[in-house]
Amino acid sequence: MAKAPSSSTFQLDFEQTILEIERQVSVLEERPDCETFREELETLRVTRDALIAKTYANLTPWQTVRVARHPGRPQTLDYVDMLCRDFCQLHGDRTFGDDPAIITAFTRIGPFKVLLIGHQKGRTTAERINCHFGCAHPEGYRKALLKMRLAEKFNLPIVTFIDTPGAYPGIGSEQRGQAEAIAVNLREMSRLRVPIVCIVIGEGGSGGALGIGVGDRVAMLEHSWYSVISPEGCAAILWKEANERTNSLAAQALALTAKHNLKNGLIDAVIREPHGGAHRDPKAASEAMQSWIVEQLGELTRIDRDTLVRLRYERFSRIGATGTSTST
Amino acid sequence: MAKQSWDTADAVATKRAVPDGLWTQCQACSETLFRKALETNLFVCPRCDYHMRISGRQRVLQMADPDTFEPMNEAVTPQDPLEFVDLKPYRERIIAAQKLTGENDAIQTGAAFIKGRRTILCCMDFTFLAGSMGSVVGEKLAAAIRRATELDLPLVVVACSGGARMQESGFSLMQMAKTSAALARFDDAGGLFISVLSDPTTGGVTASFAMLGDVILAEPRALIGFAGPRVIKQTIRQDLPEGFQTSEFLLKSGFVDRIVHRSNLRSEVSRLIDYAGK
Repeated sequence: MAKAPSSSTFQLDFEQTILEIERQVSVLEERPDCETFREELETLRVTRDALIAKTYANLTPWQTVRVARHPGRPQTLDYVDMLCRDFCQLHGDRTFGDDPAIITAFTRIGPFKVLLIGHQKGRTTAERINCHFGCAHPEGYRKALLKMRLAEKFNLPIVTFIDTPGAYPGIGSEQRGQAEAIAVNLREMSRLRVPIVCIVIGEGGSGGALGIGVGDRVAMLEHSWYSVISPEGCAAILWKEANERTNSLAAQALALTAKHNLKNGLIDAVIREPHGGAHRDPKAASEAMQSWIVEQLGELTRIDRDTLVRLRYERFSRIGATGTSTST
Repeated sequence: MAKQSWDTADAVATKRAVPDGLWTQCQACSETLFRKALETNLFVCPRCDYHMRISGRQRVLQMADPDTFEPMNEAVTPQDPLEFVDLKPYRERIIAAQKLTGENDAIQTGAAFIKGRRTILCCMDFTFLAGSMGSVVGEKLAAAIRRATELDLPLVVVACSGGARMQESGFSLMQMAKTSAALARFDDAGGLFISVLSDPTTGGVTASFAMLGDVILAEPRALIGFAGPRVIKQTIRQDLPEGFQTSEFLLKSGFVDRIVHRSNLRSEVSRLIDYAGK
């Protein structure tokens, strides 16, 4: 279940003033004589809300990345609790194992029976280690594909929640064909004959994100990021060193925010988050997600299957920025 | 045979393409080689058999029957949709790479005969910004795949790339989906796709079209992988096993059909086309 913000000791440096006011508010609220501080409380709340609104309206790309990684930010299983009914998880890739970094399940969202696929990062230290911090192995991508084929067979739309720093880079993952697993998902998702909607809920790290991200409609939560590489990875290669300064420059250069991705035509929608980010009000975030999903599926389930697959193919075929040289 | 220093992926990762000049040195065994003779030997070191990195144009010359290559979309050029600037502006990097190579971007695509069989042939070019895949590579490949689909021709792609081009960020990432989606249609139409992996094939290129061949061939001792060896080392904090992420490693773990010496590549490709009846 999603945690209330106050239960986390984690602090974003640009939120310090907000957190201080939030602390004062909760101290006052907890006093038995809090009624006598009504005016002060009201002023504090107004100041806090204004500050949150201002801070979050002007997040830099690097700050956005850090909000997207906030440990209190809702993860796939948190959204499952809030917006899915009759959750029926399906495990295993039938070949190697069951990767906890990708959850697959039959479930109901609004009026729809769907197949849900989502990265899971884990909340406690033990969970995080078990989930490899949301970095899936090949068996995770293969599990996802196996269950997507089930969805196709039984005519269920597919909903994916993307939240990964990237696919896991390790010996086992290379040995078991990380690249092949992702590649096959890209090819197969492009021709699955059921509607697919995808939401980047936190981190959209490269091929590991795209591996469950080839859909008819792709959205990003307002404070998530989606890019070809993480800012740190990019900084380490192009700036020769990853530090606070170069990470920030890389995040800016990569155009990885929801707003940038929408402007560049790489996604179809930005789902607004509650003031101060999804971690402040997970319920509001999940409601916004649910209404977007239901709306998209309402449209997509009415499209005949040949058209659906053709439109998805065309959606990705269009993307690219090329010119023509005049000299040759 | 010399001490095989190229056995570790890291050593392979630092290799560059063969430079111009009368004489050149083998980057694996340091033997000084006469360039003309090396060219006749397909840029394979006669002493240690190291398969050197070659340009896309050079690869086309090696693969296609003489004078049969008809290039497609030669005039397609990269743009700078994000106005990306790191230590240098992307625009300047493009211009420098174009000057250095005389090419517009990192891939050659076209129709060609290979041992008398008509094919669509695509050769990536590591000399152009490390063969990275941005919009131009993605678009030219997708167009080549569509052409192969229309004409029912076998598709041969020689991969040679450091991965997706960072300076085009999300645009580059989506080329993975674009090329894979085009291959889905080619597959639906019953097309034959022979993917040839050369040194190096990594990142977003491996994780898209390169691993989707009906048959996947690899040149000996090429670096092939998803994550780079350095990233893996940093993540797991331990040394990588000997020969990790080489063609031989992939053959053993089941992700490559055959390892083929450069001198046999043309005959292997035409033989596969024969078996597929294309």
